Amino acid sequence: MMANTMQRFGDGYLREMTETELRKDIEEGAHDAADRCGGSPLSDDELKHLFDIYASPRRFISVEPGNEILLSHDGGTIKLNVGVSGGAGLGLDIGRRTCTEIYERVLGSDTMDFGHVDYSFKPSKNILADEQQEMEQTLLSTIIPIYYGAMPNLGSYTRPDGPFRNPTTLLTEGKIEEAREASEEMMEAATRDMVYVASGMYEAGADGVNFDTTGGFGDVDFLSTLRACEILKKKYPNMFIEMGMAAEFILGIHGALTYDGVRLAGLWPHQQVKLAAKAGVTVYGPVVNTNTRRSCAWNVARLCTMLKSCMEAAEIPVHPNMGMGVGGSPLTDIIASDAVSRGSTAVAEISRVDGL
Amino acid sequence: MGDILGMCITHSIASGMGGARTAGDLVARVQMARGMKTKDAKKYVADKLKVSVLDLTDSTVMTVVREELGLGCVAQLPGHPKGMEAKFNIAKLLDIEINSVNKFKQKTGMFTPASA
Repeated sequence: MMANTMQRFGDGYLREMTETELRKDIEEGAHDAADRCGGSPLSDDELKHLFDIYASPRRFISVEPGNEILLSHDGGTIKLNVGVSGGAGLGLDIGRRTCTEIYERVLGSDTMDFGHVDYSFKPSKNILADEQQEMEQTLLSTIIPIYYGAMPNLGSYTRPDGPFRNPTTLLTEGKIEEAREASEEMMEAATRDMVYVASGMYEAGADGVNFDTTGGFGDVDFLSTLRACEILKKKYPNMFIEMGMAAEFILGIHGALTYDGVRLAGLWPHQQVKLAAKAGVTVYGPVVNTNTRRSCAWNVARLCTMLKSCMEAAEIPVHPNMGMGVGGSPLTDIIASDAVSRGSTAVAEISRVDGL
Repeated sequence: MGDILGMCITHSIASGMGGARTAGDLVARVQMARGMKTKDAKKYVADKLKVSVLDLTDSTVMTVVREELGLGCVAQLPGHPKGMEAKFNIAKLLDIEINSVNKFKQKTGMFTPASA
């Protein structure tokens, strides 16, 4: 009789699957990634390791001693108090200094991200002095590395939130040249803001900066951030720079933008990481999106296949995003530990990533 | 890691190094300062602390090592280095630049770091 397993799906719910169905799901996930972005397929041993992780009836899976990896954060401190962009915080009535101390002394965090409640560079520039003040106080009482985190968030530069015409609106009107002009204007302003805020926080003593959700506005977002990294690395050679991505694939909002002679639209993680390194990024954080209709086993097989090419290409450390809706994690605010622990173990032991 | 509530706790237990409970923050600092891959950063820190790579994630061993070397612990022991004081010792022991330590030295007139 065929053994049954319980499998978490990308929508967060558990469903029963036979071992044969599970094995097929893992193979299909791996093939999907290989078909889309090419690169080396997972070996038989790697597929078996994945199957063992997902076929286990245990509620929690972990790495073997010696296979532990580093953990970096995005939006870390603000998840304990107010939340991200006005929603879904834990509601603790504490400031970011106390949040950082909790992460350090209670939750065993290796590092901490320190960001503004809107978690975007554009609004942060207006309150930079407040951000510096709280960072300086926090650095006196903590040990772990702390970097300032924010999103490039190029969308916030378009009307009515910002001064520039919206390229996506112009595109729907068939105004391609005007859309490209607007994109280029936005990029200049965004790069200037990112350099201004990151410089200010580094001057306050932060260990560096995390450009989170890079590429959220496609190639326009990606290029403006690469340029900011390049400027910052020249200005502060010792600055730590992490670049976490928004999605697995760079959308061509502009379509013709290049960096170092490489067209940005359509790049996959194994291609993105090379440009990130060239721009001076210290740690690159690829994203592989979660398909909510497929099992976590399917999604993590797909993730591990994309990461295999990425790790082969990477000359810098790689910390893939493994949170809500990405990295094989379900798209739920509170993610089931059986799913997170399996994904975490898989990328540490199969993909051999440097961290998460 | 990513979003959102409590997820970091699971990652920390499933695959994390343990932060200041062990040597996770020290390995992270070396990766951040020198751009080393995690495997190389672990070896670098283990050599500096004169422990094995496996010891780096052993909270019993690392609590003793951290106390002896003044690297700060999760427990705020009376008389032991904490916060900025511990970071001074970490920068010296690991032979790395820590931005906040350099800023502290600049502001207090201790000396100007070469990289400033």
